Amino acid sequence: MTQMFSIENVSVAYGKVEAVRNVSLSVEEGQIVTVIGPNGAGKTTLLMAAIGLLKSTGRMFFQGADLARIDVEGRVERGLCLVPEKRELFADMSVADNLLLGTYSLRDRSTTRKSLDDVFDRFPRLKERSKQAAGTLSGGERQMLALGRALMAKPKLLVLDEPSLGLAPLIVREIFRTIASLRSLGVSVLLVEQNARAALETADYGYVLETGEIIQSGSADTLIHDPKLIAAYLGGH
Amino acid sequence: MTADIAAILAIDGIATGAVYALVAIGTVLIFTVTRVIFIPFGDIAAFTALTLAALDAKQLPGTVGLVVVLACMACAMEVVSLARTGELRAVPKAVFGYLVLPLIVVGIVWLTMRFNPPMPVRLVLALLLIMPISPLLDRIVFRPIADASVLLLLTVSVALHFALVGLGLLFFGPEGVRTEPLTSMAIEIAGVHVSGQTVLILTAALVFSGLLFLFFDFTLIGKALRATALNRTGARLMGIRPARAGTIAYLLGSLMAGVSGILIAPVNTIFYDSGFLLGLKAFVGAIVGGMASYPGAALGAFGVGIIESFASFQSSTLKDVIVFSLLIPILLWRSFASQHSEEEVEE
Repeated sequence: MTQMFSIENVSVAYGKVEAVRNVSLSVEEGQIVTVIGPNGAGKTTLLMAAIGLLKSTGRMFFQGADLARIDVEGRVERGLCLVPEKRELFADMSVADNLLLGTYSLRDRSTTRKSLDDVFDRFPRLKERSKQAAGTLSGGERQMLALGRALMAKPKLLVLDEPSLGLAPLIVREIFRTIASLRSLGVSVLLVEQNARAALETADYGYVLETGEIIQSGSADTLIHDPKLIAAYLGGH
Repeated sequence: MTADIAAILAIDGIATGAVYALVAIGTVLIFTVTRVIFIPFGDIAAFTALTLAALDAKQLPGTVGLVVVLACMACAMEVVSLARTGELRAVPKAVFGYLVLPLIVVGIVWLTMRFNPPMPVRLVLALLLIMPISPLLDRIVFRPIADASVLLLLTVSVALHFALVGLGLLFFGPEGVRTEPLTSMAIEIAGVHVSGQTVLILTAALVFSGLLFLFFDFTLIGKALRATALNRTGARLMGIRPARAGTIAYLLGSLMAGVSGILIAPVNTIFYDSGFLLGLKAFVGAIVGGMASYPGAALGAFGVGIIESFASFQSSTLKDVIVFSLLIPILLWRSFASQHSEEEVEE
């Protein structure tokens, strides 16, 4: 397996407060890696630094290339795509237009039609609402649209920030099923979640982030059976 | 006031309003994409008229010098900032975009001038020559402070207007110009005489705003501009560079301002500093649409044109006072009636 994405000793500070300290992690090709941790652990901050929206120290590599001098847009062009916690949809534009904008970073847009059909197959609800403004969608549909829009960009690594946040359990299950199915597309996933159980059930490997530092890591199987973690994050059955 | 006079004033007002509408739409376009209230927009319109007049008189327009100076400055700034961040590989592209491309435009104008081109070609040349100015100004003035507050951007924009007026005097001289009419036709509608120029102004306003909407609806770049206006972070995550979106917005806005300059030049005498009032009145129109809505801005601009027309009949010395006094009730109404949009909250 070759390395898709790696973060080495990355720290992120808001003024003098360090929200992320000396974090290292890596995602292999075709792998789903999750970062779990409580609220305020610095998960979103870490992802914002990974995509380049926040300045950070340390080093980051994507498919062997140093990301230090590559801006957000350049990272997107290389296939590193973030679906942010706030979704960041274009509320006044139609669902179809939101999806089409996903292809902006692609050089070759000859497959746009096919990508659009693929997304509509995956999320039939979006097809029904393709003419509707994105701002009128429900929470679950918005998350589907955000995911669909990111898939339109043909990402190599999809970075997902709390995809289950604020969604009904049934929709959460659907979203995680979609994430698991990305493996067959050859898309690697870096998944940040508060819903630790669902995340570890889907992922291959996991990191636990607490107050800005990685305190534990291991294969998802080991983590999910770790008594300390069960007590802290996974609760009873 | 008789019905005849009212009809004449109304038609006159609609024609003026159409010119303001083009500038107002451009103002909204640039504001939504870049957050800059581009006050020098009227100057761009006036410079287009002056450029066209120079071309008509078979002189090399002052715009040529202006574009060359701005291109050199923008290119130097871009190269220095690229060198500082160590992105030397991007230098050739920057030199091409900021220096070579504007110089090609200047070259085309300079070459075509020797063949005494007919009027339609001169119109195109004037527009071509005016279009690089605002994107270059954007690179020189606004790009370094792109993340500043809207208020700071506005302040700089006002300062830029005064600098441009100075440059206008330097490059175009103090003489006023009036270009030859684009058409001498006239038609009669329900007994009211309507000049061909008025028809032309209205048609041009409709055609160019129509083209802009087609661009927004049917091209990916147009959608990318709208996306940038709606949600900058979201747009960046799609790989849309705000700076590039800004350049496209400035180019399109300049086209709108340029067209309005060409339309107004045969009707009004234009000086190097005539643009300010034009821009400011378009701004009043744009505010009616909350600086966010194109139809609102166009409607507002037509309103300003009509009110100005009637006001100048009642009291020509006070017409500008009357138009600008309108701002107060409009602002009151907007601040009470409108909900603050999500983006404003995020700022």
